[in-house]
Amino acid sequence: MKHLVILGAGTAGTMMANHLSHELKKADWKISIIDEKEEHHYQPGYLFLPFDIYTPDDIIKSIEEFIPKHASLVKGKIDKVEPKENKVKMADGSELNYDILIVATGAKIAPEETEGMKGSEWHKSVFDFYTFEGSLALRNKLRNWEGGKLVVHITEMPIKCPVAPLEFAFLADSFFRHKHMRDKVEITYVTPLSGAFTKPKATEALEHLLEEKHIKIESDFAIEHVDNEKKEIVDYGGRAIPFDILVTVPTNKGDEVMERSGMGDDLNYVPANKATLQSKEYANVFVLGDASNIPASKAGSVAHFEAEILTENILRYIKGEPLKEEFDGHANCFIETGNGKALLIDFNYTHEPVEGSFPFPGIGPLKLLKESRMNHLGKLAFRWIYWNVLLKGTHIPFVSATMSEAGKKYN
Amino acid sequence: MEKVIAGKTIAVNEEGYLTDFKQWDKAIADELAAEAEISLSPRHWEVLNYLQTEFKNEVPLSIRKIGKSGVVDIKEFYQLFPKAPLKTATKIAGIPKPASCI
Repeated sequence: MKHLVILGAGTAGTMMANHLSHELKKADWKISIIDEKEEHHYQPGYLFLPFDIYTPDDIIKSIEEFIPKHASLVKGKIDKVEPKENKVKMADGSELNYDILIVATGAKIAPEETEGMKGSEWHKSVFDFYTFEGSLALRNKLRNWEGGKLVVHITEMPIKCPVAPLEFAFLADSFFRHKHMRDKVEITYVTPLSGAFTKPKATEALEHLLEEKHIKIESDFAIEHVDNEKKEIVDYGGRAIPFDILVTVPTNKGDEVMERSGMGDDLNYVPANKATLQSKEYANVFVLGDASNIPASKAGSVAHFEAEILTENILRYIKGEPLKEEFDGHANCFIETGNGKALLIDFNYTHEPVEGSFPFPGIGPLKLLKESRMNHLGKLAFRWIYWNVLLKGTHIPFVSATMSEAGKKYN
Repeated sequence: MEKVIAGKTIAVNEEGYLTDFKQWDKAIADELAAEAEISLSPRHWEVLNYLQTEFKNEVPLSIRKIGKSGVVDIKEFYQLFPKAPLKTATKIAGIPKPASCI
């Protein structure tokens, strides 16, 4: 009996366990999935919690509920992986030997990377919304806030869901408008990039929206420290931006397990082939989702597309066939723009987001790179899809793992 | 696009970055630095040489990596190439603007 071990039961790991439990013969393969947590969080929900759009119940379920029967869930902390020995060492001293390892340990925030960020104002006037605790603390703060300077800030790239901070700024505009206090709030969007986004056409559309919503943008800002006393963020050039509430996206890093295992780069991301998802160092190790260093967005949609391709590649690997170099960096993201509307972007390694229709060329019903109510409904429907379709590894009809160029307006 | 820099016709993109590193020379660097109101000191050159080496080795550049390079810390990098140091320095070095991954 052979053993396939998945590290991490988040979005990527859970999808993979479900895919493989259908594909691998029970008599030949045992599947184990390791995680120390009890709860599975719908992470896109962290964006809505601060504005009382979602409640904690909407975004938390148990990990166990989504693990297929044929896979065994190992609850516990991983000490480290010994990839040369094909072995996972647990913190309690037990060991798991594997034939194939899938690393799906994700990415998380590391506010300690920036001086003063996790200081005396942490979760008092300095917040993150990339953790449940941060998002909840921010909700409680916003409920009674009387206004002032709201600064939405990205520390450095790459981050999970690179559009989330923009969505936060748009939703904040909408939130304060509905509370009839928009005139009391000054919103500033601070980014280390030279514009609102990394790709030119989307940047243009998003900057137009920022302007329309009276959100000021401060670009090329590389933060040096947070001054907790003066309540300002300061960059290496000495530029200071004052805040009453700072909503920051701290540096994102891969899990420390990868650092302890000597498998990560300087941000603990695991080097992998961007088309096959195989580890660059170990042939029987594959990397899925946020944990890898491939130049794709760190997002659930990416993990979903990757999982379809990785499933096939693992079957090929087992049969000794060459791997398919098929993953194209496909990402598909809704961008909430407030007032019940959203944008949708669909792109990959080589094609930036452009206008068009999705998923049916020329028809839609979703519009690319344009605000619409339908897109917003799509985003809300996505929570149901996430729990009921995506995690189970079911293919989403009409949406292929690789990006389609049909119905898109490339020049 | 083409642009005359230091008396030579050079291929550049819309943002003024050289598209062919082979066309780069020190006179071009001096002129591009002057456009950014920088006069290149030996310290600038150490950083520019480092960036060019990394580019030749196909290492993706980021502010974080440069800060940990041992060549220059981020504070000094900002003093040498004010405002947006990575963008300015790569332009002067004749190498592509670093693509930030998303």
